[in-house]
Amino acid sequence: MKFESLTAFFYMDGHGIYIWAAYGLTLVILAANVWFPLIARRNIIRAEKSAVLKAMNRKL
Amino acid sequence: MLNWFHRLGSPKTFFEISGRWQVPLLSLAVLMLAGGAAWALLFVPPDYQQGNSVRIMYIHVPAAILAQSGYVMMAGAAAVFLIWRIKLADVAVKCVAPLGASITFLALVTGAIWGKPTWGTWWVWDARLTSTLVLFFLYIGVIALRSAMDRQAGVGRACAILALVGVVNLPVIKYSVDWWYSLHQPASFSLTEKPSMPIEMWLPLLVMVIAYYLFFFSVWMMRIRNEILVREKNTDWVKQWLAVR
Repeated sequence: MKFESLTAFFYMDGHGIYIWAAYGLTLVILAANVWFPLIARRNIIRAEKSAVLKAMNRKL
Repeated sequence: MLNWFHRLGSPKTFFEISGRWQVPLLSLAVLMLAGGAAWALLFVPPDYQQGNSVRIMYIHVPAAILAQSGYVMMAGAAAVFLIWRIKLADVAVKCVAPLGASITFLALVTGAIWGKPTWGTWWVWDARLTSTLVLFFLYIGVIALRSAMDRQAGVGRACAILALVGVVNLPVIKYSVDWWYSLHQPASFSLTEKPSMPIEMWLPLLVMVIAYYLFFFSVWMMRIRNEILVREKNTDWVKQWLAVR
């Protein structure tokens, strides 16, 4: 550990605001890159399933 | 080898193989990202010049490396599509563009955040920064071209050609710090040369670079799988796959 206290860890000799902003943004962008394909996948599966159901109803 | 290449070029085979790999790959990537970030934030010694802001390097440098090598991969897929007309390569070009754009954006913004306490400015119009901004616009261009030509014949070829033309920007980014007087320091990370920093600073950077690569590949794969489902929705194997969801 390079920090003596939690406050020192957050403050980082005055650089804390930059460091935490950069890490926060990284977390947001990386998480979005996982989130978007997951949502897209869910929507594709839903749309295709309802399309299949509609086609079946038409046949009946 | 060529046989294997062709097999993987089939959407169905790619979908099956990637289905087995995606969860372990993404888990490993997230684990390494978390571990590498904790290492960078807690255990790396402050730099004698930059102080604690050096910790931003561990998320900025891998993003900058991926921004460029993501473009190389996009151009590679574009070349494969133009030469061999493998449809999966077009899917790969389409799916890597938004991902590459977001990582390039990340590299630009983390660089700006690092620049403020270190250089005293968020942004300078110097060669390295400007050429990376151009890289971002190239990714945006590929995305925009595809959405503008949506469903038209030749959209894949047009995007592939644009992706290939943009390759000229890559050596500009890479050698910008040598060709011009630049505020940006030369490469801090190289596989071929002896590291210029002590091992306790270099090793976590290596972990983060590998983690970013793994992450990049796993989310690229997720996007490709989605696109395959859409493009192949009328095939029997996709219908069967959907039936059990």
